[in-house]
Amino acid sequence: MKNLLKTSAAALALTVAANAAAAEGKLVVYHWFEYMPAELLEKFTAETGIEVTMDTYDSNEAMLASLKAGALGTYDVAVPGDYMVSIMAGEGMLDTIGDGELANKGNIAPEWADPAFDPGRASSIPYQWGSTSFAVNTAAYSGEINDTSILFDPPAELSGKINMLDSQGEVMALASLHLGIPQCSTDRDLLKGLNAMLQDAKGHWASFNSDTAKEVMVSGDVDVGMIYDGFAAKARAEKETLKYAFPAQGYVVWMDNVVLLKDAPNRENAIKFMDFLLEPENIAAVSNYARYAPGVTGAADHLDPELATLPEANPTPGSGAGVFIEVCDEQTQAVYDQIWTNVKK
Amino acid sequence: MAAVNDNIKSYTGFKAITILCLVVLYAPLVIVTIYSFNASKSITNWEGLSLYWYYDIFAGPESAKWKEAAWNSFTIAIVAATMATSIATLAATAMVRGGKFKLRTASFGLISLPLMVPEIVLAVATLIFFNSIGFTRGYFSILVAHTAFCIPFAYLPIQARMQGIEDSFEQAAMDLYANKRQAFTKILLPLMMPGIISGFLLAFIVSLDDFIITNFVKGAGVETLPTAIFGSVKQGLKPNIMAISTLLLGVSVVMVTISYFVSKKDNTQ
Amino acid sequence: MAAGAASGGSATTDTYASARNLLLLPSWVILGIFVLAPVIMMLIYSFLTKEFRGGVIWQFSLAAYDQFFFDRGLFGDEPAKIEWTYINIFWRSTWQAGAATILSLLIGFPTAYFIATREESVRPIWVFLITIPYWVNLLIRTVSMKFLLRDEGPLNDFLMSTGLIDSPIHIINTNFAVQLGLFYSYLPFMVLPIYAAVERYNFSMSEAAADLYASKWVTLRRIVLPAIKPGVIAGCILVFVPSLGSFLAPDLLGGAKNFMIGSLIEEQFKGNAGNWPFGAAASMVLLSMVLIILMIFARQQSKADKAEG
Repeated sequence: MKNLLKTSAAALALTVAANAAAAEGKLVVYHWFEYMPAELLEKFTAETGIEVTMDTYDSNEAMLASLKAGALGTYDVAVPGDYMVSIMAGEGMLDTIGDGELANKGNIAPEWADPAFDPGRASSIPYQWGSTSFAVNTAAYSGEINDTSILFDPPAELSGKINMLDSQGEVMALASLHLGIPQCSTDRDLLKGLNAMLQDAKGHWASFNSDTAKEVMVSGDVDVGMIYDGFAAKARAEKETLKYAFPAQGYVVWMDNVVLLKDAPNRENAIKFMDFLLEPENIAAVSNYARYAPGVTGAADHLDPELATLPEANPTPGSGAGVFIEVCDEQTQAVYDQIWTNVKK
Repeated sequence: MAAVNDNIKSYTGFKAITILCLVVLYAPLVIVTIYSFNASKSITNWEGLSLYWYYDIFAGPESAKWKEAAWNSFTIAIVAATMATSIATLAATAMVRGGKFKLRTASFGLISLPLMVPEIVLAVATLIFFNSIGFTRGYFSILVAHTAFCIPFAYLPIQARMQGIEDSFEQAAMDLYANKRQAFTKILLPLMMPGIISGFLLAFIVSLDDFIITNFVKGAGVETLPTAIFGSVKQGLKPNIMAISTLLLGVSVVMVTISYFVSKKDNTQ
Repeated sequence: MAAGAASGGSATTDTYASARNLLLLPSWVILGIFVLAPVIMMLIYSFLTKEFRGGVIWQFSLAAYDQFFFDRGLFGDEPAKIEWTYINIFWRSTWQAGAATILSLLIGFPTAYFIATREESVRPIWVFLITIPYWVNLLIRTVSMKFLLRDEGPLNDFLMSTGLIDSPIHIINTNFAVQLGLFYSYLPFMVLPIYAAVERYNFSMSEAAADLYASKWVTLRRIVLPAIKPGVIAGCILVFVPSLGSFLAPDLLGGAKNFMIGSLIEEQFKGNAGNWPFGAAASMVLLSMVLIILMIFARQQSKADKAEG
């Protein structure tokens, strides 16, 4: 029976795929590349009869641009990161989930039930969360790695062997932690200092790669790489000398969230999808696939045992606090944009 | 022409450069082909010969996606390249054989415009434009966008070819009471064929390759091969993607071989 | 007429003058609606006020062009100086694209020439041999190129095993890697137009030159090259212009350390900056730059035509 369902679902997908218009039993998801196991989508379709169409993006900002250019109203849900949720809410791109609409809302882990980026979870549910810092090839460097100086003021043997994420928000946040200054500073001297520090640091960097952050480390192109924790875990599986750092100055924490988009053509199905992802077993399947942490109570029971003990997911003693990327106002952001342009000019 | 002795035509070193050129073109693809038969999931380790990834793309969980993407890619590339080549051939005839006219430079500018605008700009602009005129995004919007930006790639080889053809042939035909249409189809078109084929091939590969514009104008749920593979390839090559690439190479080689034998048969008849 | 054709210059005639509007109509319509209209919209956008995080506010503003050409310091309140940042980015991109074009020409011209002088029946096979690799997506080709070139990659392994080199040649994340990537991205765009032109070339002219004791290389330069000039120009345009705005090869092979025009513009639309008017303005500057280059080409071309009369 399940096979029959699968086959007919696939046939249906082929015949109607060209037409993404709203219809009964459909759901259009705007998602990151490779962030959801195909089996889980099949399970959703088998349980609800809802046919899922998936469209993908490769950065929060690319998704925002596409929605702003007019794609809003064609998707039901998207999966923005924490700061992007507040940006999208500010832009009026999110719909509010009514009280009692989500049957499983109570499953959201208490620490994620009222985040600053979406108070009261008005429009979103947790998807996955993790951290961003950097990994070091301990075969090439045996010193202390839990220090942001590794990136911004590296020892001689690591200079020229560093890959940075090609992501303004994350680089700026770590740089601010390195200097111990606020993320959205308006203090001119602090900003000038940040600009100068990054200009010096740039000379030590080999490349800016986000998508291949894992690959450049595994292949030995670089010995230090800014990287997400789940990505670092996958990298360590391929090269065991790679060690993920939890710097004493602090590191970046992020959470991706499933949001209900404004003008969703299949709003009811979107709610069903969110409920589905709040089932501990389902969201755990995502974690087992992506190697990040869920934000749902009870999901831990369904996780791969090794996920709980991943060194990348468990900060070492003495590490600084994890911080979210902050959303600056327009005028402040303009200065940070200018600093970033200076880094890459 | 056939009487010209080959010694005058050939230059020392050109053959070596051609071979070097082919080596550079094919070396990365050899890697792709070899690793598509790798049993391992990772490109960095070789774990023995396997056809698993071919099985995976035909029968794995994503097989429907690959088939649909391949179908969309090929039909769009063939139709868009055909339309672009036809439009470009007509335009080149007007530009090269249409005498001097006021809008000549402007027309040339318009035809080369898709080349000059960075793809991302054309992508965003087209998306906003399609939305403002209420043009639904989907298969058809990709087709139209591809046709438009393929035109200069088809046009330039055709124009270059036509500029090298003396019009004495057509004049002679018309002196013999052929009308312009006949002079065009019977004389000029056959002479232009190498240019037209070059133009078509360029338009075809440009359409087959396009990611940026397609990604913006495609709409949810319609995938072409580049949009279907882009995300996973950016994080490093995966064996199933390499298997798809190898299959594409295989198909192209088969098509070339068939067309070779067909044309050979035509010649001998 | 005969002289014009023999020299291979553009044999512009007016055989189809009466039908030319009809012949041009399809390209005007398609390009007018689906390329020109969006571009005009971008031109308008470049003169609008930016909306924070992408989008525009419909209010006239020169801020985008001001940002491009004038430097007002980190906080935007210092007296205006000339802004070199973006000019440098444009210069770097032009230089890279130019080097890639020259590389493509140096390899592509002999290749096209060699193919065009094969037996007529096998020429299509050679042409297809050049295009077959392009059935595989550009991204895949670029990524596998990167795999091949890296310090511990197959190329260095091979060279070291043969004893030709002692330590790996460092290619990845250099300018040369970017040029190689651009060359690899666009080579057929150079080869095919030149091939189509050489294929048409009348080799009895080379023979005549040889009879007059011209050396072969002199013949190539003085007789063949002028005759196939339109093909060479078409090839150079088709490689240079797309290279100028590309960002895949610079990002993947060059390490994305420095903005190229393509990545600078991309960043404005789908990066953190989200400054659409500035992205539009940078595109318009790029567009005018390319237009000027093409016009210079076209003018020289028509001058040459006139001279040959």
